Amino acid sequence: MFNNLSERLSGALKTIGGKNKLTEANISDSLREVRMALLEADVALPVVMAFIDQVKARALGTEVATSLSAGQTFIKIVNEELTKLMGEANESLNLATQPPAVILMAGLQGAGKTTSTAKLAKHLIEKEKKKVLLVSADVYRPAAIDQLETLAGQVGAEFFPSQIKQKPVKIAQAAIKHARKTAADVVIVDTAGRLAIDAEMMAEIKAVHKAANPVETLFVVDSMTGQDAANTAKAFHDALPLTGVILTKADGDARGGAALSIRFITGKPIKFIGTGEKAEALEPFHPDRLASRILGMGDVLSLIEEVEQKVDQQKAEKLARKISKGKGFTLVDMKEQLEQVAGMGDLAGMLGKLPGMGQMAGQINNANMNKDMRRQIAIINSMTPKERRNPLIISGSRKRRIANGSGLQIADVNRLLKQHKQMEKMMKKMGKGGMAKMMRGMGGGGMPPGGMGGGMPPGGGLPPGMGGGMPPMGGGGNFPFK
Amino acid sequence: MTQKNAFFLVRWIRGLLALFGRLFGASSKAAPQDFDSKLEAGMGKSRSGFVERLASLVGASKTIDRSLLDDIETTLLTADVGVDATRQITDELTDALSRKELKDSATLWARIRNSLLGILENSQTPLSLPESDEQPSPFVILMVGVNGVGKTTTIGKLAKRFQDQGKSVMLAAGDTFRAAAVEQLKTWGERNNVPVVAQGTGADSASVIFDALSSAKAKGIDVVLADTAGRLHTADNLMSELAKIRRVVQKFDPSAPHETLLVVDAVTGQNALNQATEFHETAKLSGVVVTKLDGTAKGGVIFAIAKRLGLPIRFVGVGEGIDDLGEFKPETFVDALLGKVSEESVQ
Ligand SMILES: Nc1nc2c(ncn2[C@@H]2O[C@H](COP(=O)(O)OP(=O)(O)OP(=O)(O)O)[C@@H](O)[C@H]2O)c(=O)[nH]1
Ligand SMILES: Nc1nc2c(ncn2[C@@H]2O[C@H](COP(=O)(O)OP(=O)(O)OP(=O)(O)O)[C@@H](O)[C@H]2O)c(=O)[nH]1
Ligand SMILES: [Mg+2]
Ligand SMILES: [Mg+2]
Repeated sequence: MFNNLSERLSGALKTIGGKNKLTEANISDSLREVRMALLEADVALPVVMAFIDQVKARALGTEVATSLSAGQTFIKIVNEELTKLMGEANESLNLATQPPAVILMAGLQGAGKTTSTAKLAKHLIEKEKKKVLLVSADVYRPAAIDQLETLAGQVGAEFFPSQIKQKPVKIAQAAIKHARKTAADVVIVDTAGRLAIDAEMMAEIKAVHKAANPVETLFVVDSMTGQDAANTAKAFHDALPLTGVILTKADGDARGGAALSIRFITGKPIKFIGTGEKAEALEPFHPDRLASRILGMGDVLSLIEEVEQKVDQQKAEKLARKISKGKGFTLVDMKEQLEQVAGMGDLAGMLGKLPGMGQMAGQINNANMNKDMRRQIAIINSMTPKERRNPLIISGSRKRRIANGSGLQIADVNRLLKQHKQMEKMMKKMGKGGMAKMMRGMGGGGMPPGGMGGGMPPGGGLPPGMGGGMPPMGGGGNFPFK
Repeated sequence: MTQKNAFFLVRWIRGLLALFGRLFGASSKAAPQDFDSKLEAGMGKSRSGFVERLASLVGASKTIDRSLLDDIETTLLTADVGVDATRQITDELTDALSRKELKDSATLWARIRNSLLGILENSQTPLSLPESDEQPSPFVILMVGVNGVGKTTTIGKLAKRFQDQGKSVMLAAGDTFRAAAVEQLKTWGERNNVPVVAQGTGADSASVIFDALSSAKAKGIDVVLADTAGRLHTADNLMSELAKIRRVVQKFDPSAPHETLLVVDAVTGQNALNQATEFHETAKLSGVVVTKLDGTAKGGVIFAIAKRLGLPIRFVGVGEGIDDLGEFKPETFVDALLGKVSEESVQ
């Protein structure tokens, strides 16, 4: 199964190749992949279709800038359109009104309204020094009022008690009246979960809205929601003048396509995301991050920044040139690579930012990996320059010397040599077909050994310092920015 | 640095990390093009017409064309059936179409229905409780799932159902985390007039459930329904807590839990497949409950779950009331997914 758009696109973008204009013919494969990726990310089908049309309209006839390849240009358009669609960053609550400012929470059952009510209260109390009153108009769900009361206590908000035999409209009115008396700045009215097709319940919340006259009416939606997000968002949007959206449970691994559907259909900004069950787990919304999450592109931008700081680009380019010329991959080169990677520090953190690498990131233990790499470097350091250039001459007695010199075992030296051989083989492959392909469309610029990722043979070499064999890299290695 | 260089660097670091890393999960299948092109062909059209179109074909000897297939595809995709499962079904239909097996809309209708039912073939086993007198200790049902899907509510409904079957029931308030989760379960206990074993919020979930089992055994209770806190399948610590609950229950009775039900909200998209996979791994699921099917969501992701895990779907939730629970009927589910009209209109 495809994990993300970059994997999907790695094949399709080849058809765009080095062309200097995007045309119907050369982008159709890529558009199709974008469509699939969006559907897999739970973006609602009508929204996917409209989005694709938009991307297509913009892409067609676009001249490819000299600094970019056609594939990059396409990706850029997709990303920009998506980010644009996701809306402005972090639009905060607008509470400018004669106090008390009322916030009304609405949404399906179990979406996270009550929890979000408490989170908002905490946010307003701590960040904006507001006096906040919470009230529950949920007279249906067992213990819903208790739940809010407990949460109010936890976040230090005032709680206005209600009873299940009361009418929601009356509850809201009484709470607002109380807030006025006690000079509360904000009243947040929690409501029962309801289905958009439940006419009676939708009428009820409309009545509550009318009575409470909120400045903010927030639609709370679960980020795991599928295609139904479109129907539900439309129905709530039609029934209530929504002012914003809270996207909950974003701490999971859902791709969050629902956010795009809702944004597209309601046009309302996503104001916060919920990232946990605790009251502090409320974060501002970053459209660009969600866009790349939906597309599965990872947090590529911040990774680029990090790499810029940490990598010696000249060395990288030198190696690339050398290999693309078919020259051998020596132990000196290997050491250089090891040093570069070791120098990057938090590998797990960096991996986490790469599309499709999240799983791997979870498995990496930075400390162990660094220890392994330092050992490998120590072994190479104990060699003579001649041995580094030509490892074939390393005999039994030389191995013993190297092992002693680095304070390790002969077995460690053997492993290093084996790993070097495997890397060398891989590099050779790269040097032939693979590398040449990578070079295409790259202009005059240097060639970092990106080919290693793109063209790694499935089941290829043992990475230095790593015990087991390496599973196939698959499309994950084919980063589409070529 | 130019943007181009930045992109190169990302590729480069990716390559490096690949060399030095340990594990890659991704596989690299090529995308079957057929499904995609069909999807594309259907893009420009109205997406709601499937049922009507099918209906309009009744009795008429109109040929079945591509656009009808596209509508079917839309119906499946918008029901959260997912790209993979949809592709499988439409591929089958395309084959049948090219073999001229689909003469009319009734044949077509039967075909889709059968494809979908075929996927659910192994999911139809209802939950059967043992005879009360054959039980040395209570039949233990553990409810698990992500947050807010309907675990607690389903327990309330099941308690009613089992009592109606003549069983004695006890509830265990294993959600010791969420505010008022215990009170919520207690309310369901009162509605059913069954005992609820609970400790305070913050207590150890496994030990609450263990207590309930001991108490149930002493009282000769037939069925214990154990609630657990909602947890995302990605939260390692909470998943280990679930594993611990399982171990503790097994300490009480090695054959327990006799049923571990994953509750899936019908509104969930493709993420439900991850949920099911992860929960199955940790908690050895024996069945699934699909809730909130009274809404507009169709719960089509169940097909992907059925395909991958082959778990029985035991019950469906169709409302917030105590009686809003039914056994899973694949035919009803599939017909609802394809649109109720279709069955009456295409006979
Ligand atoms: N992991 C996670 N869980 C959340 C988040 N927001 C809410 N929850 C959980 O989701 C479940 C449902 O939350 P509630 O706040 O009760 O949802 P609700 O919309 O008020 O539900 P009803 O009132 O029944 O409609 C609870 O278990 C919450 O702890 C979040 O951002 N992340
Ligand atoms: N419409 C509808 N609502 C349901 C159904 N099942 C549960 N609900 C509602 O969904 C919301 C959440 O249900 P709960 O039973 O509290 O869910 P839970 O999984 O126990 O939630 P946590 O313990 O917070 O993880 C409540 O408002 C229920 O009334 C159903 O089948 N249909
Ligand atoms: Mg609530
Ligand atoms: Mg619960």
